[in-house]
Amino acid sequence: MALSYLRSSSSRSANLLRPLSSAASLRRPISTDTTPITIETSVPFTSHQCEAPSRSVETNPSELLTFFRDMALMRRMEIAADSLYKAKLIRGFCHLYDGQEAVAVGMEAAITKKDCIITAYRDHCTFVGRGGTLLEVFAELMGRQAGCSKGKGGSMHFYKKDSNFYGGHGIVGAQVPLGCGLAFAQKYSKDESVTFALYGDGAANQGQLFEALNISALWDLPAILVCENNHYGMGTAEWRAAKSPAYYKRGDYVPGLKVDGMDALAVKQACKFAKEHALKNGPIILEMDTYRYHGHSMSDPGSTYRTRDEISGIRQERDPIERVRKLVLSHDLATEKELKDIEKEVRKEVDDAIAQAKESPMPEPSELFSNVYAKGLGAESFGADRKEVRATLA
Amino acid sequence: MATGFHGVGAAVAALSSSPSNSFDSKKLLCSPRRSFPVRKGASFVADRSDGSVNLDLNPKARRAQQLIVNAVANKADSSPASSSSKPGHELLLFEALREGLEEEMDRDPRVCVMGEDVGHYGGSYKVTRGLAEKFGDLRVLDTPIAENSFTGMGIGAAMTGLRPVVEGMNMGFLLLAFNQISNNCGMLHYTSGGQFTIPIVIRGPGGVGRQLGAEHSQRLESYFQSIPGIQMVACSTPYNAKGLMKAAIRSENPVILFEHVLLYNLKERIPDEDYICNLEEAEMVRPGEHVTILTYSRMRYHVMQAAKTLVNKGYDPEVIDIRSLKPFDLHTIGNSVKKTHRVLIVEECMRTGGIGASLTAAITENFHDYLDTPIMCLSSQDVPTPYAGTLEEWTVVQPAQIVTAVEQLCK
Repeated sequence: MALSYLRSSSSRSANLLRPLSSAASLRRPISTDTTPITIETSVPFTSHQCEAPSRSVETNPSELLTFFRDMALMRRMEIAADSLYKAKLIRGFCHLYDGQEAVAVGMEAAITKKDCIITAYRDHCTFVGRGGTLLEVFAELMGRQAGCSKGKGGSMHFYKKDSNFYGGHGIVGAQVPLGCGLAFAQKYSKDESVTFALYGDGAANQGQLFEALNISALWDLPAILVCENNHYGMGTAEWRAAKSPAYYKRGDYVPGLKVDGMDALAVKQACKFAKEHALKNGPIILEMDTYRYHGHSMSDPGSTYRTRDEISGIRQERDPIERVRKLVLSHDLATEKELKDIEKEVRKEVDDAIAQAKESPMPEPSELFSNVYAKGLGAESFGADRKEVRATLA
Repeated sequence: MATGFHGVGAAVAALSSSPSNSFDSKKLLCSPRRSFPVRKGASFVADRSDGSVNLDLNPKARRAQQLIVNAVANKADSSPASSSSKPGHELLLFEALREGLEEEMDRDPRVCVMGEDVGHYGGSYKVTRGLAEKFGDLRVLDTPIAENSFTGMGIGAAMTGLRPVVEGMNMGFLLLAFNQISNNCGMLHYTSGGQFTIPIVIRGPGGVGRQLGAEHSQRLESYFQSIPGIQMVACSTPYNAKGLMKAAIRSENPVILFEHVLLYNLKERIPDEDYICNLEEAEMVRPGEHVTILTYSRMRYHVMQAAKTLVNKGYDPEVIDIRSLKPFDLHTIGNSVKKTHRVLIVEECMRTGGIGASLTAAITENFHDYLDTPIMCLSSQDVPTPYAGTLEEWTVVQPAQIVTAVEQLCK
């Protein structure tokens, strides 16, 4: 709040026409200004079996502008994927994340690349948040060699080992035990990092979640289970699938926190809190109250089980990018024109990446047999038999 | 041809212990087996038939591969102390598994064990007895009864580089973890474009026991065999149990090690020094001329029993323990088929969709021209294993049936 008094003569609320001088002073690279600002989250946190963190979040202009840029990039990427799918360049399943960007971006702001993230099939933006490039995303979606999994995984199998992003899983709920296994490995190697295992409100009813939670609590693992509650498990609303939709309370003896998942700052605060908690006290559940604008996947119009008014209402009132835009403008961190420029830049980046991805070739036929087995100890695979056609599976 | 030659150097006399359990595995061989190609940087011990142990190692592994004489022979609860004149030490199969596991846990701090009652209880078949006291609760983990999730956790840990050994108290319970084993364990290396390896070992006893009932007498190798990306091996003697356990732990691929409930108390003398068995290799149990009998796990003993009768009747069966259920060692099997031209498969899986069915198809596809007569496959009946003793006996293949089958094949 203090910053805006210092910086310009116009009032805080004047968004539109800015005097040329102050506009010039703002034309500087985004990542410089780290003067702290404190902003209140949209709603207070609701907690279960623990003390909720404070509503006031420390941030700075650089971070807010980064939030804006990253979320705009993710939004544009998902919309471009929608068009590519309709143009039949992307086939099979394609689950889009637009509307939920704040979760990916807020989480990244609170953690390091040493912490692990594992999620389900709605993973494009999480992958980008972990450092994946747009080229890798689009190439993988189109099944090309330049894709992050060499074109062999597809939309639901994005992975980035060097930044500890463990995917990318198609079977609902199966990633949560994997995530607790990652937390186990972190505890085993004592490296003071945590694992965020993301799942949806539909997966919250899977038995293996509770099994894994029990084991994590028993063994004090630094596992943070994050329920991205977008209120619909494909076509089934949460009240029709869960007797108790208070997913943050489902852990019973495990503490939980309910967070406004459309507010990137709230997500950041909650993840920071959860990381500190998990390192000291074991597992914790975060429920992110979020929303997806698209249907479950590209084959789902998304309007048979919810009204268009509901979707547009949320878009108007709770859209994560608009929230950050309003914050940036009201604190005079950038002009509206600059934000629009960022969006244009981002659009161009996405278009360039798509063009580049389209040029990437399809995988070689020999890739059919590569990476079935890992090399080592003479493991060459020939299928169930040892044909002369030795596919040296590398 | 591969052989069950176990001693180092000189020929070893047959075991003195009970005949039915420890049999002709010590025959001195004639033809040395082709040793397995050595990969750059790989560290493994090829099980050479001429008895010498081929240590082709990188420096890191060389440290671990020192000859250990009498290393674990002095356990208080092991079988009667061996006389100093015989090399190696005698132990039971479950002890051999434990030895292999313990040596690998000593060698590599990333190896950990998880399963139900493996820690404080010592393992329901005593395979992990004493390990929790030695290595602590973080390396030998007692899990709650939640196969789906602890198998998933093992796979997740393996993705980061840990090397868990997941025990299913009975293989049948791992059906609950089928999704994790099939989708995550088998496929992650492929779908991630090679980024993650899953060096996990999933092991446990299966097979038909002594009146354990239908649900505890399952043979899961037939269900798992189609999963791409996993390797399956079945151990049958203390020697290959220890060797396969060690090889499986060192392998970068997910390996499923099938043990058998009735074989845990087999006694055998095994070498003192470090050795591992090749995961993809079959074992030549008894060379012969007339017919090739392919078998694995417990049925090996039924076959050897039948072999005694067959030898008395004048037949010369060649018995191969295929050991590697996925992939099949068609090199060894093929050479044998080319020699004898008759094949009998004896397995404990069900007739429908079992290992024998796949093996029949593989041999027919590859060696059809060498067969004088159609392949015969003896499997268990396609029924849930009954409780009553006599009925249970009739579900699995008995030696008498094997003798009849060979006689028919050789007519």
